[in-house]
Amino acid sequence: MEGSIAIAETVRLCKPQVIPAYPITPQTHIVEGLASIIADGRLDAEYICVESEFSALSACIGASAAGSRVYSATTSQGLALMTEVVFNAAGMRLPIVMGIANRAISAPLSIWNDQQDSIMMRDSGWIQLYAEDNQEAIDMHILAYKVCEDYNILLPAFVCFDGFILSHVYEPVDLPTQELVDSFLGPFNPYQKLDPKDPISFGMYATPEYYMEFRYEHDQAVHRAAEAIKKYGKEFGEVFGRDYSELVVGYKLEDAETAIVAMGSICGTVKDAIDEMRAEGKKVGLLNLRCFRPFPSTDVAKALAHVNTISVLDKNVSLGAKGAVAIEIKEACYGSNIPVYDYILGLGGRDVRKRDIKKIVELAEKGEGDMFYGLREEVL
Amino acid sequence: MVDRTIENFDCGHRACGGCGASAAVRMILKGAGKNTIVVSPTGCLEVFSTPYPETAWKTPWIHSLFENASAVASGIEASLKKQGRLDKEKILVIGGDGATVDIGTLCISGAFERGHDFTYVCYDNEAYMNTGIQRSGATPYDADTTTSPAGVCSTGNNRPKKDLPQILVAHGSPYVATATMAYPMDLMKKVETAMNTKGPCYIQVHTPCCTGWGYDGAKTMEIGRMAVECGLWVNYEIVNGELTSAKKVKRVPVDDYLKAQKRFRHLFKPVRNDAEIAKIQAIADKNAKKYGIDIE
Repeated sequence: MEGSIAIAETVRLCKPQVIPAYPITPQTHIVEGLASIIADGRLDAEYICVESEFSALSACIGASAAGSRVYSATTSQGLALMTEVVFNAAGMRLPIVMGIANRAISAPLSIWNDQQDSIMMRDSGWIQLYAEDNQEAIDMHILAYKVCEDYNILLPAFVCFDGFILSHVYEPVDLPTQELVDSFLGPFNPYQKLDPKDPISFGMYATPEYYMEFRYEHDQAVHRAAEAIKKYGKEFGEVFGRDYSELVVGYKLEDAETAIVAMGSICGTVKDAIDEMRAEGKKVGLLNLRCFRPFPSTDVAKALAHVNTISVLDKNVSLGAKGAVAIEIKEACYGSNIPVYDYILGLGGRDVRKRDIKKIVELAEKGEGDMFYGLREEVL
Repeated sequence: MVDRTIENFDCGHRACGGCGASAAVRMILKGAGKNTIVVSPTGCLEVFSTPYPETAWKTPWIHSLFENASAVASGIEASLKKQGRLDKEKILVIGGDGATVDIGTLCISGAFERGHDFTYVCYDNEAYMNTGIQRSGATPYDADTTTSPAGVCSTGNNRPKKDLPQILVAHGSPYVATATMAYPMDLMKKVETAMNTKGPCYIQVHTPCCTGWGYDGAKTMEIGRMAVECGLWVNYEIVNGELTSAKKVKRVPVDDYLKAQKRFRHLFKPVRNDAEIAKIQAIADKNAKKYGIDIE
């Protein structure tokens, strides 16, 4: 099944009541899939063909505040257009789940994959989960609703999956049954809603006497989400047989001397490269970051405590600084004296192969890092 | 029948004394009836009515951003429909002219094109008052604002008001009307009509702003009436694209309305600017002809 269709079918199983959507490559197959599912009567939901991504998320805010479970999906420029609403939805503490088919940001225009789009929303107060494959992408959608709707959390979440590399790839997935999803998720029961029987005001303005406390409570909720993801990730494993109780997942990391840290679909390529390097006697392992917000600093530091070198693969760049993941890893490993090397790669759909991973490990062993990897010198 | 006993906008809010918008909102909520969910974009109204932890709203109310009230309303409508609540509950957006005719136009256009069942009321005080009287697309010709100041090289705002009601008529809105807080019964009745009309309805309400327009706050109603009496504001209804009513007046020249407000004082001092006043009179004359408001 194509990744996007698997995601659309999974969203169906989560029974959102309102889906405002605006098409953008490479998210289109998801919103087309959902439109077909509703047209065929397989999901009883209101589908709103909004006039922009800005309105898509704005409509999600209205529908969620009125008491409905909602879903939307976007990417890249669409997410950028939503920016103001992204921060607002999180500040209003609405449990919206949105799929992000990760794509590069213009200019120059690129429809291909990197992770700059969701990374630029780093500080927005949304949970950010990153899928390695399509199975994780669909599982994380179900898990995200469970976490977001917890009254102790009440946050929106991005489920991030690499555009084209996952959204358009056909691979086998285990699509859960409706019964199992119902038993895990249950119907949406909003903490509070717009209701004439109990009129409340949403989205009031805060003077300097109150604003900081709102931000503090929001920050605390994002931190609390780490434990909630672990708790519900474990429950998810008990129900569906696939465990998500860890925010970071190691691969051949226990005895590794060199660790690679990565997010998303690139982890699959890294694992294959590691297998080959292991066969050559190189002790290389992977730390897969499943969750970027909240950032699992303690888990990262613990998982990487024993390695000699850390290579971070960043499909994004904070221009004028480093890759966003490397910045976080350095913070997590502060005081450990383990060198952390950053490699900006795969931007705008530039392919990353096993040989590139091996080359990066060689560079790290020589102490060469903090660079754009794989530049075509001849066009510079 | 408007239930005038409804009081869903409480006293104690932070509006200026003599605020036309706050008085209008009280009337609008009477016209809207019970079980109304209100969406407000950012603006004067939102700020003076909801300083956390206080709220003036005794009906469910939501504010998200400056430009997205119609999109938020679209989501609420879809949600209520899915929950089977739309036959009992209604959705009303109340936003200022900046949020309506300028920054929120795309969201309004989208929501009206999609045909959501809600009413949008714009309280039109003819500039960005919350941020300090800057020009909006609804600012009238020659008004002095902080971003269209009158000066040696300027007679104030150099463009006429954007005609958003006609733009929404072109969207196929079943009910588009204009009103003023100076005629409360007419305003309440029109809001009631809009709320009971299926589909996206729009009402633009003239709400004088003593702070921004420069007049004594005790004269808000009077200023509102003067605008109608000189033809610079016309109260009309357009039902399914057809003009069905327009308040007729024994029209007076625009001079007294302009003279009463500091935003137009540069047209009279140091010397009367006959040419500019004639242009404003021409706007009133055009309105009168277009809507047939003159009592012969």
